[in-house]
Amino acid sequence: MARMATTKQVAVSTAAAWLFGFLIFFPILWMVLASFKTELEAFAIPPSFLFFHWTTENYATVQERSDYLHHALNSIIIAGGSTLIALLIAVPAAWSMAFSPTKRTKDILLWMLSTKMMPPVGVLVPIYLIFKTFGLLDSRIGLVFILCLGNLPIVIWMLFTYFKEIPRDILEAARMDGATIGRELVYVLTPMAIPGLASTLLLNLILAWNEAFWTLNLSTSNAAPLTTFIASYSSPEGLFWAKLSAASTLAIAPILVLGWFSQKQLVRGLTFGAVK
Amino acid sequence: MKHVLGAVCGASVLLLAVPAMAETTLTIATVNNGDMIRMQGLTGEFTKKYPDITVKWVTLEENVLRQRVTTDIATKGGQFDVLTIGTYEVPIWAKKGWLVPLANLGADYDVADLLPKIKDAVSADGKLYAAPFYGESSMVMYRTDLFEKAGLKMPEKPTWDFVIDAAKKLTDKSGGTYGICLRGKAGWGENMAFLSAMANSYGARWFDEKWEPQFNTPEWKTTLTTYVNLMKEAGPPGASSNGFNENLALFNAGKCAMWIDATVAASFVTNPKDSKVADKVGFALAPNTGLGKNANWLWAWNLAIPAGSKKTEAAEKFIAWATSKDYTKLVASKDGWANVPPGTRTSLYENPDYLKVAPFAKLTLASIDAADPNKPTVKPVPYVGVQYAAIPEFQGIGTQVGQQFSAALAGSMTVDAALTAAQSQTEREMKRAGYIK
Repeated sequence: MARMATTKQVAVSTAAAWLFGFLIFFPILWMVLASFKTELEAFAIPPSFLFFHWTTENYATVQERSDYLHHALNSIIIAGGSTLIALLIAVPAAWSMAFSPTKRTKDILLWMLSTKMMPPVGVLVPIYLIFKTFGLLDSRIGLVFILCLGNLPIVIWMLFTYFKEIPRDILEAARMDGATIGRELVYVLTPMAIPGLASTLLLNLILAWNEAFWTLNLSTSNAAPLTTFIASYSSPEGLFWAKLSAASTLAIAPILVLGWFSQKQLVRGLTFGAVK
Repeated sequence: MKHVLGAVCGASVLLLAVPAMAETTLTIATVNNGDMIRMQGLTGEFTKKYPDITVKWVTLEENVLRQRVTTDIATKGGQFDVLTIGTYEVPIWAKKGWLVPLANLGADYDVADLLPKIKDAVSADGKLYAAPFYGESSMVMYRTDLFEKAGLKMPEKPTWDFVIDAAKKLTDKSGGTYGICLRGKAGWGENMAFLSAMANSYGARWFDEKWEPQFNTPEWKTTLTTYVNLMKEAGPPGASSNGFNENLALFNAGKCAMWIDATVAASFVTNPKDSKVADKVGFALAPNTGLGKNANWLWAWNLAIPAGSKKTEAAEKFIAWATSKDYTKLVASKDGWANVPPGTRTSLYENPDYLKVAPFAKLTLASIDAADPNKPTVKPVPYVGVQYAAIPEFQGIGTQVGQQFSAALAGSMTVDAALTAAQSQTEREMKRAGYIK
């Protein structure tokens, strides 16, 4: 009897999880479906779910009108570059704060987070002028720089919490066995920190990939990533949902695939420390 | 670590390096409207004519473009050589010295051929600061089949009384047909474009001669009450979130008996590829109340050169090409006369080939002629602009007021409360900006 109840519970919770997952995924699914509709069907009321005239003409139009690969390459460089540099700065910073904290560590952490509390538009004009002075407008390096700075507080915070979860006793045990700092780092700490590092990397990559304020405002054509590619398909006068959906589907495809393949790391990293 | 950083920096520098080019590269910012996309597609024809000029396009959503371009122009960023801007921006930016006057459009450009109202809208102190790419007004688009079935006949110059009466008669909520579709989505270029034009026809105005806001006048109360009641009785559900595109979709799907909106919509609703009612659409002038002003606006998308550009000569060549009579002919030869950018040149409305394929041409021209940005409403006003007041503060004020009116339409506040809030918000902003004390 108890066993049956458990099975039932499992079934119910599984169904609930699937339903919840489906609800979360639905907007993306709807976008993908809309990208295969004609403009009129994409706007039709009542909307048709699967039974419509499937067409790939939106993808053809998007391909014809925009250079997807140019934008995608920019996105990869900007998101990847900013993530790597952020990690290079954040790992030592978080490491030192987690393993040899000082009196001011907490204040520094809070101060870093406070920089995220100001809306970016508040500093748009100063940043624009700085970029103009240094010739960074519409350059990939400028965007790498600004996105790296923007995400750095989050990266440091995430890594700090992961590193704090690593028991110091393990380090001490390694030292007792005669491990040097180098060996301790490579063979003891790194394997334990990998899930945390991986999920931070992936989250930061997603944040940088989707960042639409700075990328839209500081790029024109040379450095324009996929966010500007999507923005170019919204129209004040004329139907555009199907083409916009096609552009959005193309824009999220790489990050979706990456997320799919690394979801194991991501889940492990995000729940790191919860189960000891 | 040093090596890694060095490698990253080196790689970034390499990625930055753009091959040096002898030719001039123009960066053109534009919006994603059909006519602009067509122009983008025809860039090859321009570069064929001027092989030493290459063109890069930056297409953005209207509001994003406005913010992006304003930041660049205010900081003299020099990122763009040609801008697509509306009639609202032209006089404001010209006054600030942000635009280069267009003095060298070429001998065969024929400035005199530009429609006088549109030319006025893009000029300041007698100088042309932008060249109109396409112009529009607003008019009534209606379903001829539904009118016939109901035994109604749309006059060429309908009054609001007729439109309201017809809308009520043509509404069949159970059948999913609504008498009238109007803009409700909040925004200075959304519901306020329509409502300001409607208010003009009721004799209302945004400001009096001393810049005092006028939302506490009976004219505004009549306008907003009429609008809200009409939409409640004969409008589609959820109208407070409908803008141009939503109404276009509703009209094309056969859900609206009437739609008052941009004249440029005429080519969309009569296109059988996108519209279910393509062969059943009639056109009429925007309604009036007999006070001498119709409820129609005036707008044009224009090409202009920002003061920060270092390539004004090439930019002017592009503008002259894209807004010339020859460009119209080029589009006609490639995509047919129905697809040429409308509303900018007198010669287009004298062209029999165009008149043959554009049943809406005559009314588009009549609508544009009926709007006067210098004398938008019955009483005198201190501002220029039909559905807006061409002052920098208007975008913010217009959107705030639009939110109040959209809330009144949604039923979350009364008409009186919306007008009171609009009056106090506008007063506050105008005081802050120093127009009134």
